[in-house]
Amino acid sequence: MTLDPEIIRLLAFLVGVIAFASFNAAYLVWLERKEAAHIQRRIGPKEVGPFGLLQPLVDGIKLMTKQLIVPAGVDPVLFKIAPILVMVPAIMSFVTIPFSETLVARNLDLGLLVISAFASVNFLGLLLGAWGSRNKYAVISAGRAFSQNVAYEIPMLVIVVTLVMVSGTMNLTEIVGLQMGGFWHWNILNLAASPLMPVAFLIFFVCMLAETNRAPFDMSEAESELVAGAFTEYSGMGFGVFFMGEYANIVIGACVATILFLGGWHSPFPDTIPFFGASSVIWFLLKMYFIIFTVIWIRWTFPRTTFYGLLNLSWKILIPISFVNLILTSAMLKVF
Amino acid sequence: MSTFAQSQANETFVLNLGPQHPATHGVLRVKLTMDGEYIVEAEPVLGYIHRMHEKMGENRTWAQFLPNTGRIDYLHALAYNHGYVSVVERAASIEVPERAEYLRVITAELNRVSSHLLWFGAFILDLGGFSPLLYAFDDREHILDLLESVTGSRLTYCYFRFGGVYNDIDDNFVTGTRAFIKRLRGRMPMYHNLVTKNIILMKRLQEVGPISAEMCRKYGATGPVCRGSGINFDVRKHEPYSVYPEFDFEVPVYEQGDSMARYMVRMDEMEQSLRIVEQALDKLPEGPVMAEKVPKILKPAKGDYYHAVETARGSFGVRVISDGSNTPYRLKLRSPTFSNLSLFGEACRGMLLPDVLALMGSLDLVIPEIDR
Amino acid sequence: MIDYLKEVISGTWSLFVGLGITIRYFFQPVVTVQYPYQTLPMAPRFRGHIELVKDEETGETRCIVCGMCQKACPSHCITVNGEKREGVQGKVLTEYTLDFTRCSLCGLCVESCTPKAITFSKDYNLAGLSKEAYIFDLKAELSSLPAQTKLMPFGCKNRLEAKN
Repeated sequence: MTLDPEIIRLLAFLVGVIAFASFNAAYLVWLERKEAAHIQRRIGPKEVGPFGLLQPLVDGIKLMTKQLIVPAGVDPVLFKIAPILVMVPAIMSFVTIPFSETLVARNLDLGLLVISAFASVNFLGLLLGAWGSRNKYAVISAGRAFSQNVAYEIPMLVIVVTLVMVSGTMNLTEIVGLQMGGFWHWNILNLAASPLMPVAFLIFFVCMLAETNRAPFDMSEAESELVAGAFTEYSGMGFGVFFMGEYANIVIGACVATILFLGGWHSPFPDTIPFFGASSVIWFLLKMYFIIFTVIWIRWTFPRTTFYGLLNLSWKILIPISFVNLILTSAMLKVF
Repeated sequence: MSTFAQSQANETFVLNLGPQHPATHGVLRVKLTMDGEYIVEAEPVLGYIHRMHEKMGENRTWAQFLPNTGRIDYLHALAYNHGYVSVVERAASIEVPERAEYLRVITAELNRVSSHLLWFGAFILDLGGFSPLLYAFDDREHILDLLESVTGSRLTYCYFRFGGVYNDIDDNFVTGTRAFIKRLRGRMPMYHNLVTKNIILMKRLQEVGPISAEMCRKYGATGPVCRGSGINFDVRKHEPYSVYPEFDFEVPVYEQGDSMARYMVRMDEMEQSLRIVEQALDKLPEGPVMAEKVPKILKPAKGDYYHAVETARGSFGVRVISDGSNTPYRLKLRSPTFSNLSLFGEACRGMLLPDVLALMGSLDLVIPEIDR
Repeated sequence: MIDYLKEVISGTWSLFVGLGITIRYFFQPVVTVQYPYQTLPMAPRFRGHIELVKDEETGETRCIVCGMCQKACPSHCITVNGEKREGVQGKVLTEYTLDFTRCSLCGLCVESCTPKAITFSKDYNLAGLSKEAYIFDLKAELSSLPAQTKLMPFGCKNRLEAKN
């Protein structure tokens, strides 16, 4: 009996994607701690391994050896299923992400739609976990998460629709392919499509922060208000999986931003420098990690907003501007 | 402020904020009755860290109570020290040498700056910003080093004695303090750029948690809380004690009464404190730092004495009743935060949870000082 | 409309200013001290717990067992005992115990001491595993170890030595 090579390829990619997601989730914690430390002029983790590089491993062991407490009165099914519901969609989304022209698990024609759909499932996990844990802080957190969801998804989708109009496709590989040839061809600087494209990138970035629950939009876990929000009752690896899911979502967000706006795997100055001039997965990772770095940098700079602050921001600023961008883009497309 | 419609149905729940909660900075418990995220009623529950300082005072000699004063409010220990020694000096009619008074003012004002710096960091931490806390601690560390070199201690100084101070300063302290003043002045624009002018912070503080002047009078609020509501009251100016009348400084007053006003009052006060320290260092007279004839076993004359000082949190008053023995007959401490917290229940009615925590942070609560 | 745009732009600008400040600090050297690998010298006036002073001439304590420190202490944490011995003027110190669990480091004892027989220790590594470890027999310490090594947190001392 011979296996279809396509199935072997998919299995290999699946293992690779899970490994990539878990590795990133673990080492982004390290990056976050290190970056936060240096912004605050400290050193950060340094005891376990060189530069504290083994710290995520030790943290993982600590979380795994801790007891997974299921408090009395919680809904045991929802309580246990919620962390998985946060982690799984993040890993699923990786399937459609093209890291380079060939390095993609499944090149779907509706890749962008799949990612947008899975992004909302992540909130469902948070909601179920919060509701299931029967904690007042968690329930408040769930309410906030919901209002936050309403606030950011509209401008984000409007921006995505604009880009789909510009590219004429929802296939991520093709969207990147259209941005070939130097950074002035990237969508962020695609001023021919719409002069508001850099602003559109900013709006997308802000929505991405809100979607991944990152500061300054981390209202649903706001530790100085809600202790730990939805995660208050979680311990051990239950908490750990939630945490990893959050970081995996950040990676997804950064990947999508790279693909939509920053030209994916394309080199900003093609065919100039020998190695870096070529388009390769290295450029993709560089852009992605730069965005992640910025996300962390923002977290350690700004205070938190409130949920009504986010609603105000969304309805009064982000949605009008993104609609203006949409109309402008369609007008430009019609004219030229 | 938000303008959501509130539900009419009587569906409330009780949320216990504390005694262990990241935003209460200690063991304060606030019983919140909430309608969704709206506060229907807030009731601070005190007494979790009551240590009976007043009763302790009655069981100790006058001098033995001195270390306690720094523990009432560990963030501005020297002002509380100052209040207590002043009232005892008044009771026992001890003349304090001028140099000692100058040293008291210099160290107490430096301590005020360190208290405000810590409040600044903790307040921004309440609002979810992390890094300003560490920057403020970096600056505060310099004050602690300076004060340690004089008093030998970093937090609960206990530096003042009846009739003077316990140690004279040296030249290193003077040059160190001048260098620190320069440093902090250089850092203030950074704080304002990073925090004060930040749009997120402005949106969170402006018009949030308004406290009217009338409410301040009703509850006896003092310090930055009342000055943020437009009441120009500062014990250092209006009931001058020590050598404060000799310095030229302003009392920052803001009219708005919101959290931003209280924030700005404290930020401006740091600069004014630096001005006082600078002038005091310039004018510092020579002479002894301790009065000559202070009896070892103090027995103040019979009577009832009161003295108030301006601490970082407001007016702190000490009332002692002496029956002529070597222990106070009665010791009453009027702590400013207790009054400032009293208006919290009324002020936060109808507000949203994140705004309530901004309001609570802007009151600058030090829980051990409320409970004493 | 213009006000609205102005607010949006100035607000966004304020965010970028904040980011500029934090990234500047990101590249600046750290300011923390890596205790226990590095330590700071203690200020000369550092007020640690008390210790007895060794008299330079006799090599003995200067304590005359007057008990003033015991009386001055607000927390009653000092116990001083002495006895009369033949041929010696005054009392001879037999016991000087500091119950550090109760001490509040106020220093009133040092001020009350007329012969200046007690002083502040510079020891700040005061972590221990039992309550009894904090009942310091100051008289025994006078003739033995320096106070620095008394209560190092476990594991800490060896690493310090390894580093130095």
